[in-house]
This record gives sequence, C-alpha cells and structure tokens, in this order.
Amino acid sequence: MELFISLVINGLATGMLIFLLAAGLTLIFGLMSVLNFAHGGLFIWGAYTGVWVFQMTNSFTLGIVAAILIGLLLGLVTERLVIRPVYGNHMQQILITLGFMLVLQELIKVAFGPDQKAVFPPDFLAGSFMVGDIVLIKYRLFIIAVGILVFVIASLILKKSRIGLIVRAGVMDKEMVQALGINIKLVFMLVFMTGAGLAALSGILHAVYSGVIYAEMGLEFSILAFIVVVIGGMGSFPGSLFAAILVGLAQAFMAYYVPALSLAVNMLLMTIVLIFRPQGLFQVKG
Amino acid sequence: MENLLELKKVEAFVQHYHILHDISFEVPKGEVTVLLGRNGAGKTTTLRTIMGLNRVSKGSISFKGESIVGRTTFDIANSGIGYVPEDQGIFGGLTVGENLRVAMKKEDEKTTERLEWILELFPDLKKFWKKEGGQLSGGQKQMLSIARAYVNENDLLLIDEPSKGLAPIMVDKVTESIQQMKEQTTIVLVEQNFMMASQIGTRFYIIDDGVTVHSGAMDELKEDKQSMKKYLGIS
Repeated sequence: MELFISLVINGLATGMLIFLLAAGLTLIFGLMSVLNFAHGGLFIWGAYTGVWVFQMTNSFTLGIVAAILIGLLLGLVTERLVIRPVYGNHMQQILITLGFMLVLQELIKVAFGPDQKAVFPPDFLAGSFMVGDIVLIKYRLFIIAVGILVFVIASLILKKSRIGLIVRAGVMDKEMVQALGINIKLVFMLVFMTGAGLAALSGILHAVYSGVIYAEMGLEFSILAFIVVVIGGMGSFPGSLFAAILVGLAQAFMAYYVPALSLAVNMLLMTIVLIFRPQGLFQVKG
Repeated sequence: MENLLELKKVEAFVQHYHILHDISFEVPKGEVTVLLGRNGAGKTTTLRTIMGLNRVSKGSISFKGESIVGRTTFDIANSGIGYVPEDQGIFGGLTVGENLRVAMKKEDEKTTERLEWILELFPDLKKFWKKEGGQLSGGQKQMLSIARAYVNENDLLLIDEPSKGLAPIMVDKVTESIQQMKEQTTIVLVEQNFMMASQIGTRFYIIDDGVTVHSGAMDELKEDKQSMKKYLGIS
C-alpha cells in the first residue's frame, strides 16, 4: 500500500509539471491553431532564470516570480516576432518554432554556460515527513498543490470571467468572435503570454524536482506535453489536466515495474487514443 | 433618404477565386434591403466582404459615410454592424447565456433592457438559458444567432439566410421576429425563401455571378414575373 501511494504521488507530481507545460500549449493550439515547438524553450528559460534568481537571492518565491516574468516577456516576443508572421501555415510554424526552440536553447548556453547545474530545494520544501508508514516528500506535495491551484484559478477565469468566455469562444470559432467586435489578435497575445508564463513556471518547478538543469531538457520535456495535448484533446484545458495525470501515473508505475518501458508507455497511450479517439479524450465543441 | 451603407463596384476574392465582380448597392437607413440570387451567386460573400472577412480588391464600401475597406472585422463590428452568418456561428460549447454574454459589449441598463426584450421575443432562449448552444435545435440556434447580433445597439444588421434548414413554423417565427426588429434597426437580409424575403423586405437587389444585375422595390418584384424567372428561377 505504501508503495502504491508513493508511486501515485510521484505520478501526480510529474503529471502536474507536464500539465503546467501542456495547459498553455493546448490553449495556444486550440485558440490560435499554432503548433508551438518553441514552448520547451520558454520552459528552460523559466528554469534557468528562476534558479539563477533563487540562488542569487536565496528566495524561492522570487525565483518563481522571475521565472514567470521571463516567460511572459519571452511569450510576448515569441508571439509578436516569430508566430505572428506564420499564422495559418502549420508547416512554417513547425519549422520556425523548432528553429526558435534551438535558438533559445543555445542562448541558454551563452547566458548560463553549457554545463549541467545542480539545484536543491529551498529549506522549507526540503525533506519529507511520515504519515503512518508512508513517506511523503514535501516538494512533490508542493508541486501537486501548485498544479491544483493553477488549474482551479485558470478554470475559474475560463468559466466565470469575460476574458475566459472569449478565449473559450475563440477556441470554438475565431471568426465569429471577431464578428462580435472582439480583437482576437490581442486575445491571442494574452493567451500566448499566459501559456509561456505557465511553461516557465513548470520549468523552475521541474528544475528543483529533478535536481539538475541542462539546456536540452526543454525539448525532452515538451515532447511529453505534446503527447498530453493530443491525448487530452487539442484546445481542452480539463483534458490536458486529465491526460497529464494519466501520463504522469503511467510513467511513475512503469518506471518502477518495467523501467525500460517508462517512456514508451506514453507513446503507446497516445497511439491508442489516436486510433480510437483521434480528437482526444475531451473534444472541444465547435 | 440617407444611405447607411453603400457598396460601389466592389470586387473580392475568396482565397484565389474571384467571386465578386461588380457589386453595387445602397442601404437606406430604417429599411430592410434584401439580397436575392441563386445559390453561389455571391450573396454570402458580399456580407462577409462587408464584415471584412474577405478582402476587397477593388471598389468601395462606406458605412455611415466612412470607408470601411481595409479595416479589421472587429473594428467594423464595433462601428455598429451586427452579423448573423449563414451557419449561425453559435459557440457550441457555451450555454445560451454565455453566447449572449460574449456578444454583449456593455452590461448597462440599456443592454439589459434589450436582452429582456429579446428574451420575450424568443422565450425558448430563456427556457434553455443554461443549455449548451450545440444542443439547441436549428430554429433555436437561429434565434440565438439573431439575438446575439441584436443584443447590442447596432445601426445595421446583416442577416444571412435565416430560414435555411428551418421547419415552416420556425420560418414564420423568425420572420415575425425580424419584422419586429426592423422597426428599430436597418437590416440587410440575404434570403433564398422569396416568400419570407417579400414579407420583410422593402427593396431588393439581385446578385448573379458576383454582379448586381437588378434592383427595385420589393412590391415591384412580386409583379415582375420575367425577372423572377430569369434571375431567381421562380415561375
């Protein structure tokens, strides 16, 4: 039982990290129909900037704030300079965002050096505690809490606020939203920046979780996010949470029982979904 | 009478296809102008071009005396034009209430009054307020689409084939609602159902192969059997 709970917590923590990265990606794809392969670049910039500020100031909170800010800023720059000229052309989007991803990755090496860096959790989140016979690692619980908090806040915004309503409507029919007098490009930009901010938040949280950061981790981790977006349904926010948890749990259990298949299991999940439900588990209604 | 909307020699492309070749018409304030024509004549493209959803390659479109060519769709909509597209454009995953809330530019007393008036006109929308747009019947979707365009105080409504795919009883209901709206708003109506168009319209323009080929008062057209047969295939 202890092992089961421990694996569930591992899976949930990984799932929440993937969710934070995938949430922005799914909204960006759903609303803007943009395949953003540069998303992993925003993730690593969040990780490196956040860790740098954390280590300079010894404040993890400031590190998180810095990560989100750099994410928002890079999101703004990416949308205006890289994405905007290629709206509506998926082939160009793949090429240009993949290229920009590599640029962001190499710039990390220029700014912070090419070597891996070790990262340790802040004191208040280090270590573990016992509940009965179960060992609970503080930082994993923290990640789960942050993931739930982000999901609840974003869901409330999407469900209750006018901007949320516009984003949901935009995912369904962009043209009609414009015909109702709404500046969809401005909405695009805000959604892109928010997605980038979430990716950067995921970056700093993942940096401390894995204990090491390196420039290539953005591309590696963003593949999981793409898998989650496909499984959850492109454009579906709740779908990305569900799929991220599914992927996180599958990875945690497989890593323990059949380690050689821990990465393949996610590809297998995606393949099964694509065969039987190509629109994803949570289809966005048009 | 003052013209609210004027199109002069408008040409437009849809992707690479030259669809509108020479569209010219005037919409006087306070009237219902009907665009008639066979399937594929260019009526829907004309409305989409007015809304800025297709690019004008030649000619001019002016609304309230100002050119709207080259302006963005949201800017055109905000200048006072409400649009009911042919496919109704309902947000299927949003409830009836949310569909209307997205459209409402203000939430002031006047807008609330208009909303209440609309809900009296279309009681089904009130009844199914929390139902998702995608689950409504064709007629209810049409009502919602018209209500959404009317909830703001627009000077002009562009309504594209409101009777399309509706049962006769729903067509009567939609006709009645547009007749009530025309007391307060200028309307451009694209319609294939001649009976409906003739009940609502005050003047007409016939579009054939992307060109406005005939125009006049609606009452005259009813008597003009030759034009009806030639351009609309009605004998």
